Amino acid sequence: MRGKALMSNSLRIAWKDLMELFRNRLGLVMLVLMPIFMMAMVGFIFPSNNSLNHVPVALANQDAGFGGSTVGSQVFLTVLNGINDQTGMLDISNVTNLDALKESVQRGDVQGGIVIPSNFTQCILSGQQGTLIIMTDNSNPQVSAAMQGALTAVFQQMGTMLAQQNVIALNPAINATSALAIVQPYNVEVEGVVSGHSSYFDFIAPGIMAMTVMMSVMTGLPAAISQEKEVGTLDGMMVAPINRLSIIVGKTLAQTARGLLQGVLILILASVLFGISIQGSILLVFGLLLLGVFSFVGLGVVLTSFAKDQETAMMVMMTLMFPMMFLSGVFFPVQQMPWYMQSISKVLPLTYAADALRKVMVLGAGIPQITTELAVLITFGLVMIAIAVPVFKRAMTR
Amino acid sequence: MLRYIAVVHNEGVALNNESIIVVQNLTKAFGDFVAVDNVTFDMKKGEIFGLLGPNGAGKSTTIRMLSTLTRPTKGTATIGGFDVVKQDNEVRKLIGIVSEKMIMYNRLTARENLWFFGNLFGMQKEELNRRIDELLELVQLTKWGKAQVGTFSSGMKQKMNIIRALLNMPQVLFLDEPTLGLDPQSTVEIREFIRKLNQEQNTTILITTHMMVEADLLCDRIGIIDHGKIVALDTSTNLKNAISGANTTIFTLEIANLTPDLLATLRALKCVETVSQENSSHIKIHAHGDDAFDSIIDAVRAKNGNVVSMQNIQPTLEDVFLHITGREVRDTADQKIPLAEHRHGFGGVSRGRRR
Repeated sequence: MRGKALMSNSLRIAWKDLMELFRNRLGLVMLVLMPIFMMAMVGFIFPSNNSLNHVPVALANQDAGFGGSTVGSQVFLTVLNGINDQTGMLDISNVTNLDALKESVQRGDVQGGIVIPSNFTQCILSGQQGTLIIMTDNSNPQVSAAMQGALTAVFQQMGTMLAQQNVIALNPAINATSALAIVQPYNVEVEGVVSGHSSYFDFIAPGIMAMTVMMSVMTGLPAAISQEKEVGTLDGMMVAPINRLSIIVGKTLAQTARGLLQGVLILILASVLFGISIQGSILLVFGLLLLGVFSFVGLGVVLTSFAKDQETAMMVMMTLMFPMMFLSGVFFPVQQMPWYMQSISKVLPLTYAADALRKVMVLGAGIPQITTELAVLITFGLVMIAIAVPVFKRAMTR
Repeated sequence: MLRYIAVVHNEGVALNNESIIVVQNLTKAFGDFVAVDNVTFDMKKGEIFGLLGPNGAGKSTTIRMLSTLTRPTKGTATIGGFDVVKQDNEVRKLIGIVSEKMIMYNRLTARENLWFFGNLFGMQKEELNRRIDELLELVQLTKWGKAQVGTFSSGMKQKMNIIRALLNMPQVLFLDEPTLGLDPQSTVEIREFIRKLNQEQNTTILITTHMMVEADLLCDRIGIIDHGKIVALDTSTNLKNAISGANTTIFTLEIANLTPDLLATLRALKCVETVSQENSSHIKIHAHGDDAFDSIIDAVRAKNGNVVSMQNIQPTLEDVFLHITGREVRDTADQKIPLAEHRHGFGGVSRGRRR
């Protein structure tokens, strides 16, 4: 009976909060825009595999030829253009010599260059290694590293083809496949646990979902309550003969609904705009989001009790939010961090929520594979609520 | 059971059976600052009781403690026999509160607001609907029922604020500065509404105000509160009589050539308690003793003052307030001010020169 009254009063308060939310047009627009911005920002800022396109590159062909033939550089250019037509990675322009190339880089017209030395054909035809030079732009290490990597791969592929032909030329009995095996005895194939191509979005989308939903409780709850305290409407609920817990339960329900709404938006955006698919069960995804909310409620309530006014509440929130965002492996893998940061990360519940969500969404894991994360989240939630309830009750009647 | 406890704690104070609110040594301290200091009073059923005092005197804190919103540091209070701390939920069923701040959600309509708060009081659907119709009709807001409260004028909002507190048909209504910031017309309307409520429903009303006129117009009894203490408590008439009874006369003087020097001279007179300047030529003097009139006229003449007119006026509540909360009274309040329960006001107030 008491439980029933608590629940129905909580629902009334949640209804009231949501009504206020839906009548606030600007707030509603922001509610939709926030996840869009978030996804777009992190999605487009961070480099992914195919983000390097049409890098301007200069080519200085100084090949002097050997016996009137420039076959070495011709073959090279044909293959290079062939590969580049497929990937569209480089925009190649021709320059006359090395100095012109350097100047182009200095002017910023191109971001690197390829130099074919004068003895290129001579070396290849006389059975020596043909050397190519990649000039990089030292002022932009990231682009030059990517270009370097890509060009090296191109040269390597060409080298392999050439070697393959040479082997066949030496012994016509060997077929092409065996010739490849002689030139390159090891072949590496990369395969994910789940088939298909995965991008940075796959990594980041679950984290952002977890973060948005949980933050909505952690920050939304104190903000909502301290706002009502300041305006004075909280007194209206406090003088009603209801269990004061229903105020917090009701507000939590409203904030959870708001957070889940944003979570769903992120999910839709992620799949429509960035082509992410959920490998595991979608029910489990929502279950995890709810569990995340549960684990954060206590923390939110404690903060609510300590924050006297809205301004303080917001400041406390910001202070806690940023380390949480960056240390929980939402944007950067935890494994990249130094050990002490990793240990901090291990005590943040968001880490576990984001991890579990990633496992389910990207790797298609089920409950048995995420028991540790579940246990941590449940324990954290229970402990925080056990602390929060008495603290809240005291704080409300100061 | 609780009544019994209350009586035991209440030794020496004649507890009327009809007392609906009994306050005993109620104290609230915020750190070192004592907002409400050992306040003791009781209220009878159907009474309008006013707490009159300047801003920061402890009026709101007293109301917040009585309405279970703040926990007292010391002392007890019961409403309808229920302790405001131990049986807070029972108390909440009996009371309604109109606080200084608007308890209304701007983005909800008038009806939605009332519906929300009525639900929290566990009112049934039909009963609540009827009650909402009734209350909106009462304050003539029926046609605004479906409009968002945020679009209302402050007068309309305050009416909403008051009928919200009446949803659960409270036996006791707390009104914290109910006419603050309202235009004269709305103020009159709200006051009439309060009186009507008291007469028709026999609702016991505790009202705080810093407006003397309001207290004078509405309240059966007035407690003057200053620095957290109730320094006087009686009917408006008795409070005023206490001044006259204490041999205090109040004059207004119109002096054509009023100078600061003249004011200082008047203030220095032995028989003068306070001198307040009302405009460039009018002053108001509280004086005592049979020869006060002569002394004042003599003093003005001695300074070549040109008395245009002089009037002996009846004390208003404002005069009472000035009389009691003057600085010297404050300093000696502990010894000189009789207990709030004392029926005969403040005959023992020291009558030194003020300011």
